[in-house]
Amino acid sequence: MRRERVPIVVLVLAAIGAAFFIVPLLGLIVRSPWRDAVTALTAPETVEALKLSLFASLSATAAGLVLGVPLAWLYARVEFPGRNLLRALTTLPMVLPPVVGGIALLLAFGRRGLVGSWLDSTFGITLPFTTAGVVMAETFVAMPFLILTVEAGLRSMDRRYEEAARTLGASRWRVFTRVTLPLIGPSLFAGAVLCWARALGEFGATITFAGNFPGVTQTMPLAVYLLLETNQEASYILSLVLLLVSLVVLVGLRDRWLGSA
Amino acid sequence: MSLDASIQLTIGPLNLEMQVTIDEGEVVALLGPNGAGKTTLLRAVAGLVPFRSGHVRLDGKVLEDTATGEYVPTERRPIGFVFQDYLLFPHLSVLENVAFGLRSRGTSRQAAVEIAMRWLDRVGLKSYAGSKPAELSGGQRQRVALARALAPDPRLLLLDEPLAALDVTTRADVRRDLKRHLDSFEGIRLVVTHDPIEAVALADRLIVMENGRLVQSGTPAEVTERPRSQYVADLVGVNLLRGEADHGSVKLASGPVLAAAGAELGEVFAVVHPRAIAIHRTHPEGSPRNVWSGRASSIELLGNRVRVRIDGEVPLVAEVTPAALKELNLVEGGEVWLSFKATDVAVYPA
Repeated sequence: MRRERVPIVVLVLAAIGAAFFIVPLLGLIVRSPWRDAVTALTAPETVEALKLSLFASLSATAAGLVLGVPLAWLYARVEFPGRNLLRALTTLPMVLPPVVGGIALLLAFGRRGLVGSWLDSTFGITLPFTTAGVVMAETFVAMPFLILTVEAGLRSMDRRYEEAARTLGASRWRVFTRVTLPLIGPSLFAGAVLCWARALGEFGATITFAGNFPGVTQTMPLAVYLLLETNQEASYILSLVLLLVSLVVLVGLRDRWLGSA
Repeated sequence: MSLDASIQLTIGPLNLEMQVTIDEGEVVALLGPNGAGKTTLLRAVAGLVPFRSGHVRLDGKVLEDTATGEYVPTERRPIGFVFQDYLLFPHLSVLENVAFGLRSRGTSRQAAVEIAMRWLDRVGLKSYAGSKPAELSGGQRQRVALARALAPDPRLLLLDEPLAALDVTTRADVRRDLKRHLDSFEGIRLVVTHDPIEAVALADRLIVMENGRLVQSGTPAEVTERPRSQYVADLVGVNLLRGEADHGSVKLASGPVLAAAGAELGEVFAVVHPRAIAIHRTHPEGSPRNVWSGRASSIELLGNRVRVRIDGEVPLVAEVTPAALKELNLVEGGEVWLSFKATDVAVYPA
């Protein structure tokens, strides 16, 4: 087979581009104090941060599924005035600086916030600086990924399968759960994984809205940042853990769902 | 016990205005060219397409009536629908596909599996119960789709081009099987097709539609013997002319007068079979009363005969043997004369 010659300029620029990503990763791997890895990973505050991160990110994913799938369904299936505006608003956090998101959450759900003051005075519920606040911050930032992925899946599925199910007597709920959801399974899974990975890495909105209390709101990224000041080597190890998780997610997604050509 | 549908709707370029009644036990084929609105009509009967005005009544019960606003949603209509590309649920096994309708309508899991297995046995696919649809051949998928539609015991079975997705080699076999299964089903059956062979093979009665309108309805023999539209005439392969009859002649709309033995009075169709038309290179002398000149615009070999399309005063198609064509020394564009007897013209009221 005849091979197309790749222009040299493209090769050089592509190599620099790739190195730009690979060198920092190498740095992390090479400079990590592997001898102290076990100590750093088993330190109580690390374990706490890891547990909290897993709990909060999985909760955010669950919340994203419960609230995001209906939104995606509305966007994909129902024509209503202001649909595009609503979609833009609900996916804004994808481009919003997370710190801004955190401030916005504070102004809405903080003790003196729009909804927060009412929650506080009526139910005695305070959200900021609690684990629930962490979940909220992560959901706020991560759910848009799920909404967009699931909406794309709903739009590209063959709706005639739903019609076929209806001619077989299936109620709307049965059509949705037994036909629609399984058929968009790949999108649903990809959306959930993207949402989870984004939630796991969330920093700005979390620290703004939920603060940085070990065991309560200090997630892995926060712990890494804090350790950078006190125990650099441990922060390297934790960074590496987060890196590995991201890598596994990305590779897994590519091979299984995003269909590497 | 019957289906009575009257539907008017507009979707894009399609302006559909159809009235269909089907009696208990009848198999009716809806025949027409692509874009005639056949599938749309079927989907409207199923409640999948809203219509502007009209009604759908099944066994006297109203499924939809725009005059009274009544509407029974698709999932509560006693129908079975076989889609053109079958639309078997790809994530479910063959058995689960067939059991889907039963489960949807509240049959217990165990009973649904039992009934679905019986259906799979009937269509000869019991051993494929655990397979996924993707593992089946086209013909097998068609049988699963049929079993899935019939398993919940519908009153009305709608089939949209049930053989179109199959390749030609398997089509004849699958058609025979389909005919058998259709015959054993006792409700009302409505099959959409654009293939006249399929229509004639499967149906007791044909409804021909074009551009959203009914053009002809009757038994396959009635329709093929007395085409009432160019579309049907082309399907059957005969020359269809229309004009004003006047005791032994028909004055065609385009001007020429046709000698036709059976013609009486009034607006009529006249059919001339291509085999009845003789081709000559010079003006023929003899008994045939109809003699016209023209130009051979296309020559097409079809098995053991040659179809020659002749453009002239009256455009006609003649059929001759390859040997005769050779003797005539005729090529496309050649000047010819053609003749046929007045007794070879079939005339019936328009």
